[in-house]
Amino acid sequence: MSQMSKIVRTLSNIAFPFIMIFGFYVIAHGHLTPGGGFQGGAVVASGCIMLLVAYGSTWVFEKIKVSRLSVFESLGALGFIGVAFFGLLFGGWFFNNFLVRNGILFNIVPKTGSTAAEFNTAGVLPLMNFAVGVKVIAGLFVIVLVMAYASSLKEWKQ
Amino acid sequence: MSLRTTVAVVMFSVLVVFFVSTALMLSFGDPMKTEMDDYIIMHTQNETGTNSGITTVVFDYRGFDTLGEATILFSAVSGVLMIFRRVKN
Repeated sequence: MSQMSKIVRTLSNIAFPFIMIFGFYVIAHGHLTPGGGFQGGAVVASGCIMLLVAYGSTWVFEKIKVSRLSVFESLGALGFIGVAFFGLLFGGWFFNNFLVRNGILFNIVPKTGSTAAEFNTAGVLPLMNFAVGVKVIAGLFVIVLVMAYASSLKEWKQ
Repeated sequence: MSLRTTVAVVMFSVLVVFFVSTALMLSFGDPMKTEMDDYIIMHTQNETGTNSGITTVVFDYRGFDTLGEATILFSAVSGVLMIFRRVKN
């Protein structure tokens, strides 16, 4: 697929940082606000796909290696399962929230009821949000990238 | 009427009756059993230290469900990369 016009490329250049900031905000504040790893990862992957559509899949395919994105996807999955197994190691059962009261990070417990959002809470949930976010970004982007590039090849066209 | 039109009309009316009766059966915002909701709303801040109860349900109380979703995404990516494995950099 060839690249689109100069107007589309300039506008996607302008919109890209804001989409990135919003997506990473949704991932990082997944334990405080609506959203989380899946949703924020989908937002970030959509921003990358917007650049892919604007600049053409051939140009992006030469810049990014698919194997590297696949490694990121597997790292996200391993991080998610690894945090769950750390719960088994430190707390006694799978998916145990072992950081919530006696951890180094994310260890504050808010008062029951309506309280202000504190970022340093929620135990292992921010770590899991981050792992799932990395996984969803790499996974969705690599699916669309490979399919867009394969549809632009000549040997696939009948 | 042809057979095709008759089948379409019957299926459409069955769908309408199904959706209307379902909408009338349950009242909106007033569930019948609320023990689980009350437990999660009352205990989620004390037990998991999270202000957002939805994230607590997704990642802590129902963590295995999220593990299944992650497995689904992983298998989808593996399948797509395997189908398009002839596409090389």
